[in-house]
Amino acid sequence: MRRIGIDVGGTNTDAVLIEEGKVAGAVKAPTSEDVTTGILDALKALAATGVLKGRSIDGVMIGTTHFINAVVQRRHLTRVAALRLGMPASASLPPFCDWPEDLADLVRGGVWMVEGGHEYDGRPFMPLDEAAVSRAAREMKAAGLKAVAISSIFSPLDPSHERRAAELVVKELPDAAITCSSDLGRIGLLERENAGLLNAALADLARDTIAAFEKAIRDSGIAAPLFITQNDGTVAEAHQARRLPVYSFASGATNSMRGAAYLSGLSDAMVIDVGGTTTDVGQLKNGFPREANSVVKVGGVRTLFRMPDLLSIGLGGGSHVVLDPLKVGPVSVGYRLLKDGIAFGGRQLTTTDIAIALGILKLGDAGKVAHLDAATCRKVFAEAARMAEEAIDRMKTEAGDVPLIAVGGGAFLIPEKLPGVSQVIHVEHGDCANAVGAAIAQVSGECDQIFKDLSRTEALAAAQGIANDRAVAAGAARPSLTTIESEDMPLAYLPGNSVRVRVRVVGDVAAA
Amino acid sequence: MKLRELSLDDIESLAVGAWILGTGGGGNPYLPLLNMRLLYGQGHRVHLVDSGELADDALVGTVAGMGAPLIGQERLNDSLTLARAVTVMERHLGRRFDALMSMEIGGSNGIRPFMAAAHLGVPVVDSDTMGRAYPELQMTSVAVGGLSGHPVSLVDVRGFESVVHKVPSWKWAERIARKICTEYGSTAATCQPPRSGAEVKKWGIHGTTTKAIAIGAAVREAQRRHTDPVAAILSVEPGKLIYRGKVMDVARRTTEGFLRGVVRFDGLDEFRGSSGAINFQNEWIVAYRDGEPLVMTPDLICVLDSVTGEAIGSETIRYGQRVTVIALPPTHIFLTPKGLEHVGPRAFGYDLDFRSVFSP
Repeated sequence: MRRIGIDVGGTNTDAVLIEEGKVAGAVKAPTSEDVTTGILDALKALAATGVLKGRSIDGVMIGTTHFINAVVQRRHLTRVAALRLGMPASASLPPFCDWPEDLADLVRGGVWMVEGGHEYDGRPFMPLDEAAVSRAAREMKAAGLKAVAISSIFSPLDPSHERRAAELVVKELPDAAITCSSDLGRIGLLERENAGLLNAALADLARDTIAAFEKAIRDSGIAAPLFITQNDGTVAEAHQARRLPVYSFASGATNSMRGAAYLSGLSDAMVIDVGGTTTDVGQLKNGFPREANSVVKVGGVRTLFRMPDLLSIGLGGGSHVVLDPLKVGPVSVGYRLLKDGIAFGGRQLTTTDIAIALGILKLGDAGKVAHLDAATCRKVFAEAARMAEEAIDRMKTEAGDVPLIAVGGGAFLIPEKLPGVSQVIHVEHGDCANAVGAAIAQVSGECDQIFKDLSRTEALAAAQGIANDRAVAAGAARPSLTTIESEDMPLAYLPGNSVRVRVRVVGDVAAA
Repeated sequence: MKLRELSLDDIESLAVGAWILGTGGGGNPYLPLLNMRLLYGQGHRVHLVDSGELADDALVGTVAGMGAPLIGQERLNDSLTLARAVTVMERHLGRRFDALMSMEIGGSNGIRPFMAAAHLGVPVVDSDTMGRAYPELQMTSVAVGGLSGHPVSLVDVRGFESVVHKVPSWKWAERIARKICTEYGSTAATCQPPRSGAEVKKWGIHGTTTKAIAIGAAVREAQRRHTDPVAAILSVEPGKLIYRGKVMDVARRTTEGFLRGVVRFDGLDEFRGSSGAINFQNEWIVAYRDGEPLVMTPDLICVLDSVTGEAIGSETIRYGQRVTVIALPPTHIFLTPKGLEHVGPRAFGYDLDFRSVFSP
């Protein structure tokens, strides 16, 4: 298996070649404004090392923050028609009702609410008003809207109304880009609908970006399928990723954690990814990042879908250091580190300067930081360690000491011993763990549903079957499927032993 | 009647304070708050009135949502449906309400009367019947007072209207209303038994909306100033700091339609070395320190995020959270033998004699 993993970060675009389970080559190129130039440059640099010669490449996996940046920066967004099935319920809280105004003004193309939807136990809430859906679609057409987000009450349990509505919309609007909220999972109408609206708003950008990625790969002379990495550490084939761009929102941090698991050989551990400005802490379970079970805000919009559970703190290799009283971060010199740091002739004391003074890093001009005495420097490192320790402790899900994998360019800030940590592991190629994580990604399937009157074992088995089928539909090889997450939550006030079960499985990409 | 118009800022504070008074249950008031923001945006306004302003023969409607919080995340709180629960009751009685009030100040139900009031143009009495959140209809001051547990109206957004016309007791009201609610899809807008002005004055728990707003305002102000939000709450309420710690374990199970379980803590700061635990049945019921029961229902047990000061619910509490536990005093109505029969530790199956953490 020969795969190229690419991570497009804010500062650098990293590329690695993984061959027979080993990192055969790793390069960095500056990220470009148009994203694809940076990818081309990284691929060129990788080719220049000679590792791409010989056998063909099986896949190129790209992780990108392009889509989430578009939402945060309010750029390249498409106007969306919101179609909600579920009237007469929820009428007082229509789609977009909790969006920041500036973003709603950019994205809201129109709101249609019609009868439909289901109950928590699968009974229909109201029959789908097909005539009203068709009428809405004609009005969308008249308004020139082409991106449509469809949401329906309890659609994660029964997506049939959303699917039928999508068919009806396509009849009137054959070239519409349609997002069904059930494809994004999770119970919580407003948050799931919000994820669907954001997804639909990215329709044009996703189409263009993925076409540009495919062109960049072709232009590099590589004949391999393109995969886009997802929030949960898996990949989707390009055509599917184009349909669901929100699933790649947090793939950068996830890829780092997956890469850390791979490079260390550990599947259950805490991971600390220390960058230039921020440090992300997460937990690996079965080789995958633990998922957030709660609302995650994206660009000010409350969403609830597959996202890693991360804690970010303002600590990194470029963090400002104030000596009296001692303070590290959260402000950072960021990408100006090699200009603004004291050891590089600048005027801002940073954690990197401290590391140079202590002889931990060989960078810049050590003479410029020679005035810093060792005791002071050790105090700064102790403060950084304390910040890391607290973040790790917050993210642990059980008591007891756990191993910690330290990756990222600022990993030198993490000492060899930390309270609550059994062992600190630094890995080779840890500075490009994110690209490694992209290269090794698998395909997943998920089920999140309420089951009634089944034993716990039966409910888990039913959920497992659904998740397996979904993974295969997404391109996984069935024999390779393994369950990586399985949890059940009994529900208050629901009759008849109701239990909500969430199961996630992963498998290797099936041979084409 | 002397009315006080609430500002949207008051309602934002009310949402924070009501969630704290929810004592772990009652549902996060986010969606009711969102409704109020939109209603205020459309020009609606709501007014608060002291119970003392009510004429003895005034008629007061008690508004509450019923059902599983999870259902409320898909079938979202709808203000017109709550208003309809009130008008259905008015039709049943053949008389209009002079004011509305909360059944339960804790959680979502602390805001729902205002959602109905915004449409109906009647004031909301600054009183409720729990002073917190509780899981069942008979766990109210008016039930302790022996007032009638019927009629109850239950409305579904699709136009279904039911009235539990007559039942022998509050427990029966709970059983039958719960069945109707389940058939609706485990969510219903309800109007609880109507009360006269005299009944509200005698058996209401007074000033609870104002109290929730004051607690919420204190927390929000502390957040803005980056000062200690827990200290801010204790500066406006005669509460007691019980514990600071980190969640070590959460065990949950559902039985008879309730979420039951226990959360265990390890002490932090001045409580380092001391262990903590809280048993819950939707709401926090008994808090232990070093194995000894320290706070128990009806005393209010509030579990707060130590940094933000906001409430943490029993459905979402999880390992690693830094929490501060405080106790707030309950209404005197619950401290009588009759009151303790309804809401004391034995009403929740704990073989404990009630002892208030506030008793000297």
